[in-house]
Amino acid sequence: MGLTAKERMAIERNRMGEQPPDLRNRNFEEVPYGYTPEEAVNEAKRCLNCKKRTCVSGCPVEVPIPEFIALIAEEKFVEAARVIKTKNVLPAVCGRVCPQETQCEGQCIRGKKDNTQAVAIGNLERFVADYERENNLIELSEVPKKNGFKVAVIGSGPSGLTVAGDLIKLGYEVTIYEAFHRGGGVLVYGIPEFRLPKRIVESEIKALENLGVTIHYNSVIGRLYKIDELFKGLGFDAVYIGVGAGLPIFLDIPGMNLNGVFSANEYLTRSNLMKSYLFPKYQTPMIIGKKVAVLGGGNVAMDSARTAIRLGAEKTTIVYRRSMEQMPARAAEVHHAKEEKIEFRLLSNPVEIYGNKDGWVTGMKCQNYQLGEPDESGRQRPVPVEDSFFEFDCDQVLVSIGGQANPLITKTTPDIKINKWGYIVTDDWGRTSRQFVYSGGDIVTGAATVISAMGAGRRAAKAIHEDLMKESNETTGDNGK
Amino acid sequence: MFEIVEKSEVFNVHKIVVKAPGIARAVRAGQFVIIMGAEYSERIPVTVSDWDAAAGTIVLYVLEVGISTLELARMKVGDSLFAVTGPLGVPSEIKNYGTVVLGGGCYGIGGIYPIAKACKEAGNKVISIIEARYKDMFYNEKALMEVSDKLLYATSDGSKGTKGKVEDVVYEMLEQGQKIDQAFFMGCTQMLERCSEATRSNSIPTKVALNSIMLDGTGMCGACRVSVGGQIKFACVDGPEFDGHEVDWNELHSRKAAYAEQETGVYQSYSHECMAEKKFKQELERG
Repeated sequence: MGLTAKERMAIERNRMGEQPPDLRNRNFEEVPYGYTPEEAVNEAKRCLNCKKRTCVSGCPVEVPIPEFIALIAEEKFVEAARVIKTKNVLPAVCGRVCPQETQCEGQCIRGKKDNTQAVAIGNLERFVADYERENNLIELSEVPKKNGFKVAVIGSGPSGLTVAGDLIKLGYEVTIYEAFHRGGGVLVYGIPEFRLPKRIVESEIKALENLGVTIHYNSVIGRLYKIDELFKGLGFDAVYIGVGAGLPIFLDIPGMNLNGVFSANEYLTRSNLMKSYLFPKYQTPMIIGKKVAVLGGGNVAMDSARTAIRLGAEKTTIVYRRSMEQMPARAAEVHHAKEEKIEFRLLSNPVEIYGNKDGWVTGMKCQNYQLGEPDESGRQRPVPVEDSFFEFDCDQVLVSIGGQANPLITKTTPDIKINKWGYIVTDDWGRTSRQFVYSGGDIVTGAATVISAMGAGRRAAKAIHEDLMKESNETTGDNGK
Repeated sequence: MFEIVEKSEVFNVHKIVVKAPGIARAVRAGQFVIIMGAEYSERIPVTVSDWDAAAGTIVLYVLEVGISTLELARMKVGDSLFAVTGPLGVPSEIKNYGTVVLGGGCYGIGGIYPIAKACKEAGNKVISIIEARYKDMFYNEKALMEVSDKLLYATSDGSKGTKGKVEDVVYEMLEQGQKIDQAFFMGCTQMLERCSEATRSNSIPTKVALNSIMLDGTGMCGACRVSVGGQIKFACVDGPEFDGHEVDWNELHSRKAAYAEQETGVYQSYSHECMAEKKFKQELERG
């Protein structure tokens, strides 16, 4: 193994094999095939095992990156997976959907000169998690002795699953309440099959259930039970709210309610959660657009566009107010979208959606934009060009311009403080204004990433543990109930 | 979970009584649930038409109109629904209005019952009006009668009560000088629109329970959006009840028809196939 730094530097980044664009744009199978063991070992050898672990500081959950990569180089794949799992309960998910280029890989010394040459940390994480799962080597952790405390987790998305995973291992009795009939939150309703196969999410959830986590599906908290009832009636000692961003935003322009205008949430939920791409075997119908316009430039917009093309759209176009450089989507998603012949109409925004007499979309009137002064986020603000309009031919419009906070819980629990946008206010550790109620993920930050939601879940789990142990010490003088 | 404990049918209106203890405990008049017959079914919103908190059951009336409702219609006592989520939506606002008129058609005949009951308990004079094409198509009349001061009928063929529809009874009442302080209507979109027109000229406060297409039912997708007073509202979390005089009915009609082509196509082929199977089985039995 004793490669010199120079020898390590000489190895080129290993590309993952993937379905060719003209094949994959007609199916919902996952796009990249994943590394072979040989490729993974070769990629692992590129890591310089730097003294200053910048990659780790780039990771919201601080995965011990150099350690797990060193184990891969020694072909200790299962051991590598377990090292990751000390910090990240969903490595197969994160290896696929994290924006590595702005996190761990963005900090990698090997990518400093040429960012395409950073060590492929995400690919390696994915490889070991898949290796462990596909070879049935997932370790059944010992179920710890119960400490007597009960915690309710609302929402089974990335942050809720993280909280549940962390607390069950600390001896808590954990119950997840999920509104849908299937678990995973955005991982199952939002992120498409071709980017994150649902069997992976199912396997992660199964693993939590094996540890003793109880999941109640079809349970909308705020309606079925109020937060107060979780404490009083059902005897929970703490509640974690991880319900996600919630309500989609529509543009305030004429034609927004025409048939053929969908929120990206609706479009993706139909296709992903309800599997309408398998209609009529799955009975939720889907309207297939021929010329699809997707409004927005984030990951959800890319997912919507790539879904549209797979469902049979002849032409799919991302219509975005800013320029390519300012798109918030992951680089890999934009790259894949371009390969799949998705077009980009940048610096443009609709001002009206046209419809026919039956109420169906027939096209849009758009306005040209230019970049102006930077806004508070540092990005140049898009400014409409006066009297500069054009007609855009389309029969379907997918609106992917973000969301707002879902008020279902905060409306029914008025003592939880929210900010002016309706998001829940917490301290750095997820504590809300109400004692023993915690929150994290998109319902606190607004739409963000899977991994940042997991980071928030991890911190909240620590806070819950700390607060309940403190409480129990104060009331009983020992560490148990 | 969600076992069917009782089931019956009156002219394509299927009464399904389901075990759902959590919902039976939490539900209030005017709320709905989203149900799935099987893992591959659509999510369908259905008004909760009655409940028994002690027994842990809720009563649903489902019309067979597409493949998913066809499956529900075919389920039997002892079968379980794959999913029942709720209670969803904002409960009806119940207070002492004075005289309340409730109009119901189709599933709304069953659906107005809990609102009538709550209004009655709140001290209102309750006048319930139900409509059907033909007198034998009414159901749940006895229960509705018990919570109404007056139960009026409208039939298309005149076989019972007023010949016509709910709004014709409303027009009659207004002509006779009947004071109405609040109206609630539940049924198909056409009926809701016509009834809202009937109460408009006298500015009678009118709530209509909208039944737009839904997916998640928690505000996440916006499929159910409607224009009310020029603003986008989500029927699932802002409704289902809205001011009938403010709803953009043309838009709602068109949005409700969005999937007609897909659904009818599959429904027809599906029914046909199963009818063939049924006949085949009958032939076999005959030898």
